Amino acid sequence: MMGIIAVDERQKRQRARSWAIFALLAGFVALVYVITLVKLGAF
Amino acid sequence: MTDLSLHPTRDLAETGARVEDYAALLKPRVMSLVVFTGFVGLYLAPGHMHPVLAAVAVLCIAVGAGASGAINMWYDRDIDALMSRTASRPLPAGRMAPGDALGFGCFLAVASVTLMGLAINLAAATLLAATIAFYVFVYTVWLKRRTPQNIVIGGAAGALPPIVGWAAATGDVAPAAVALFALIFFWTPPHFWALALYRAGDYARAGVPMLPVVAGPQATKRQMLAYTLVLWPCALAPYFLSVAGAVYAAVALGLSAAFTGFAIKVLRDPTHGSARQMFGFSILYLFLLFALMLIDRAPQGVPGLA
Repeated sequence: MMGIIAVDERQKRQRARSWAIFALLAGFVALVYVITLVKLGAF
Repeated sequence: MTDLSLHPTRDLAETGARVEDYAALLKPRVMSLVVFTGFVGLYLAPGHMHPVLAAVAVLCIAVGAGASGAINMWYDRDIDALMSRTASRPLPAGRMAPGDALGFGCFLAVASVTLMGLAINLAAATLLAATIAFYVFVYTVWLKRRTPQNIVIGGAAGALPPIVGWAAATGDVAPAAVALFALIFFWTPPHFWALALYRAGDYARAGVPMLPVVAGPQATKRQMLAYTLVLWPCALAPYFLSVAGAVYAAVALGLSAAFTGFAIKVLRDPTHGSARQMFGFSILYLFLLFALMLIDRAPQGVPGLA
């Protein structure tokens, strides 16, 4: 029983970390895109 | 690694740290002050800067500060475990593997400096890299465990963000930026020693030679008073350098008088009650001074973000 809980907890944390990394990378890509547009004088 | 083997919750590190633990590595409270002072430096600087690029510069300063905090927590995990104030941090509590924290910190350090260099300018990137390197190598690795002057010299790292912000806006460093640096630099000793006075037992247990541990409370209190006196001209410097107006100067005088008043109260108080109050006031003091520079500058135009 304890083992199942530990695996669940581990999977939950891994999922949360994966989403956090995805959000960070997506945010970074968007940021670079916006910086590029600003540097090119689009805004 | 050794701290994990000593800790009963080490299994948590094997299941992996939570996202909140990674956030805690960035020392959010320290980061907020760094971001604010860095922003003020950028805001007060002359010249034009696109708001998006200004936001990117502040983001880089924030991430660079967070990276320094993460690497600091990795290096200090052994002594953090011995102090009640820091024992619940992710590494000493065994919620994260040390290598993960180091990798995270190094990645953020490189990313923030690279982005600053590519998106803003080389001067700001160089200063940001120097800030991170100073905090990690000079303060954390070299001074912290060796000398009671650790936070005096190491305070330079915490004082650099306004200069980084200024350089981000202008590509250069001016006397006004150095004045902002001096204000934080001379504010740091009385701020940290107020904390160290009522946490002296913690520092003694961890073997960190903070001034109250090495020289005793009275010598520390006298030095705190001396630093609050040095702060008077530093607090007024932005006015004399035409960065802030007369309202700022008047309030800066009042706040500096109050800070010195707290130091006198601490000197006369045999308990640590006044030191706690002074620590709280020190944060308010710096925040109000920098906030006033923003407010008192605004009517004259906002060159940094014009």
